[in-house]
Amino acid sequence: MSRERRQGVGCRAQSKDTEGTTHVLDETGSVTTAEPTKETRSEEDLDLPWQVVVHNDPVNLMSYVTMVFQRVFGYPREKAERHMLEVHQKGRSILWAGMREPAELYVQQLHGYLLLATLEKIS
Amino acid sequence: MEICRHNDQIEISELDPFLAELLRQIPASTSPDGVPTAEQRLFSSPTNGKEPELCVEWKQYVEPELRRLFQSATETVAGDLEQLNGNEKSLANRTLRIPAKHTDAWLNALNQARLVIAAKNNFTEGELSDHFRSPIGSRRDLSLFQINFYGFLQEFILRELDG
Repeated sequence: MSRERRQGVGCRAQSKDTEGTTHVLDETGSVTTAEPTKETRSEEDLDLPWQVVVHNDPVNLMSYVTMVFQRVFGYPREKAERHMLEVHQKGRSILWAGMREPAELYVQQLHGYLLLATLEKIS
Repeated sequence: MEICRHNDQIEISELDPFLAELLRQIPASTSPDGVPTAEQRLFSSPTNGKEPELCVEWKQYVEPELRRLFQSATETVAGDLEQLNGNEKSLANRTLRIPAKHTDAWLNALNQARLVIAAKNNFTEGELSDHFRSPIGSRRDLSLFQINFYGFLQEFILRELDG
């Protein structure tokens, strides 16, 4: 993990979330999404060892957390609310899974919004 | 106090001196003041303490960026709050105008302040859910009121951002 990689310079990553939606994280930090496809999974797709987890926090407002999920992951409101409620009710929610580098960038963005977020290796 | 949107700014009008003072305390309230729990809440571990190598790099490269981000938001809010400078008498019925382009900075600074106050006072989830506690009888009650007041402002800003 270099400083340059941290800042996302020249970084363009593509991964799929827990529901199979494809997300592209470009060098500006913007995320675009595409609906799941039925293509055969490549080796890279199978190499998904990290997940981004958001943990419950009694201070952050539910509406604020929903807004952050929409902004960071590009999720539609309903999906963002579903994850927010999972955090609220179950204590945590897996927001995204994929390669380590984009996962780190997502956690960094979530910390920028002051959410309790961690990066976990999928065992 | 009244709060509404006018064109490209949010107006908080008819501010009494007490609420004006609470607003003026936002920048100072974002400082952890060396309280470890508050510092840890603003700069939480990216791995819950696992992956020590990643944590070291995080502290070295990411934390400074987060500090700059939080500082920048606080400075923007402090700049807007200069509208409320003056003695207590002159604060009566004052209006604070927040430009729409500053709303993200306000959301961030308000969140910093709420998290730091909660950590410093070690509030329980039950206390934080009690939005109707009154009257303010102690410094702790005042801190809880501050968290709820800042939360109310966040909710309003979020509603406006939502259109």
